[in-house]
Amino acid sequence: MRQALEGSQAMARAVALCRPQVVAAYPITPQTHIVENIAKLIADGELSAELVSVESEHSAASVVLGAAAAGSRAYTASASQGILLMSEVLFNISGLRIPMVLTCANRAVSAPLSIWNDQQDSMAVRDSGWVQIYCTDNQDAVDTSIQAFRIAERTELPVMVCVDGFTLTHTLEALELPTQGQVDDFLPRYQFSRSLDPNDPISMGTLVSPDYFTETRHAHHRAMLSALDEIESAACDWHEISGRSCHGLLEQAGDPSATTGILTMGSVSGTLQDAMRLETELPPARLIKLRAFRPFPVDALKAACEGLEDLVILERAFSPGAGGIVGAEVRAALSELEDPPRVHSYAVGLGGRDVPLDLYSRVMGALDAESPERFALFDLNIEKLPESER
Amino acid sequence: MMEIRIHGRGGQGNVVAAYLLAMAAIEEGRYGQAFPAFGAERRGAPVVAFVRIADEPILRRCQVREPAALIIQDQALLGVPGVTDGLAPGGPILVNAPEDSEQLSTGSDHPLVTLPATRLANEHLGRPLPNTALLAAFLSLTQLLPQEALVASLSHRFSGKVLERNKQLIEAASSMVRAGEWQEVMHATSA
Repeated sequence: MRQALEGSQAMARAVALCRPQVVAAYPITPQTHIVENIAKLIADGELSAELVSVESEHSAASVVLGAAAAGSRAYTASASQGILLMSEVLFNISGLRIPMVLTCANRAVSAPLSIWNDQQDSMAVRDSGWVQIYCTDNQDAVDTSIQAFRIAERTELPVMVCVDGFTLTHTLEALELPTQGQVDDFLPRYQFSRSLDPNDPISMGTLVSPDYFTETRHAHHRAMLSALDEIESAACDWHEISGRSCHGLLEQAGDPSATTGILTMGSVSGTLQDAMRLETELPPARLIKLRAFRPFPVDALKAACEGLEDLVILERAFSPGAGGIVGAEVRAALSELEDPPRVHSYAVGLGGRDVPLDLYSRVMGALDAESPERFALFDLNIEKLPESER
Repeated sequence: MMEIRIHGRGGQGNVVAAYLLAMAAIEEGRYGQAFPAFGAERRGAPVVAFVRIADEPILRRCQVREPAALIIQDQALLGVPGVTDGLAPGGPILVNAPEDSEQLSTGSDHPLVTLPATRLANEHLGRPLPNTALLAAFLSLTQLLPQEALVASLSHRFSGKVLERNKQLIEAASSMVRAGEWQEVMHATSA
């Protein structure tokens, strides 16, 4: 049944349907509503879980690490500075191969201070060894949150579900929540293969000498690559149960025969798809919605970009002094194609700047330039800067 | 698709108004989307929220730049620069104000209707929250959705006596405007 829910509320309910046993989080805009709603479900007796109030995100991540290592299904959520404060522990969680789910309500990173949406926070921890999946809308956020627990537990890797802050978390829309029975059918009881048990003690996180470090990192990398199949199969199996279309590593829309492609991550794709529908005068484009960023789906990307002449990456973050982060990776992956497309990285919607419908026509227009830029900040109004900074 | 912008001040239930309207559309089997344009939230500061209502799934997530209609929860905002920006030609404005519609009308091509929503809310709810009364009047003027849909979305938040009082408020507010007065104009201003 379709119902009207705020994104955060829907995500909280989806997480609750996965029966987490321990939830620990520290409030930060725009993540707060998610954990508030989970706290309410626990207080109302709808979810039986231990909610641990902590004094910082570093502690939140540490609590869920310990809980999951001791055999509990664990969940946390954060954003922006919170993700950065957690980052030390994030590397530990993945390095110890502890499965859990974290929702990142994507937000810009300070300074300058901004509470609004871009994806600089999750990009800052792209190398932390977590699976990262980006959601297009709140239905996708619900379905992905549920799939995330299964991917995490099958691969013994933590999964970060990335949802655009405000654009998804604070938007009310029509969506379907699954039943408890559907989720129970999909997600078996959590059983951790290396659970901490006082009757059968093991050590975790010991010092690893140079003799074993490379091998341990290899095992982590290998597990991440195996997550490619798990992401696909989770989407496929959840589709069977939910009846909704679920996408694995990426989703394609627009004109599959077009020679211009646009690649998005997150909620920008909806606006772009709407614009493509309206702008019938423009040449058609192929829309590639990248869902899995870690592991990076090289083969799926190569297949999706076959035959493209130009590919625009709409970046929601960038690396100052280098340029687009996603673009650099996509360019490298596609260089293996016989005739790779020109890849252009355009940073859009930084620090919450609105991404309007006409973005599509302006992106297509930018490609008409004699030598389109490899990297550009879109919607930049240079006049706002002192001359010395232009 | 119909796009509506709601202007108010922090603490007036601006986001709630947007949520209730989208929720009412979804209650009626249509598609709805509502979200705020967040600033640094604080009481009294001008705030904006957006609503979209459609018969098909709503894909776009950009801010509403060219609304078909405006709902303004504080008449002082009428004079704030930017508030009426982008309003579709002929797009109507509903304002919370004690004055008659004619007194506030600016002579522009935008039909303007006033509703003493704060007074009505004080009378029925004992609190100066104009949002529900304005939504009831808006639904009556536009015939966009039946009042029952608004009651249904309120019933997710309230029950018992409070819900009863809200129902009385809806009845009082909707009877103070001319039903269907904006039906045609809304049809014309919606894409």
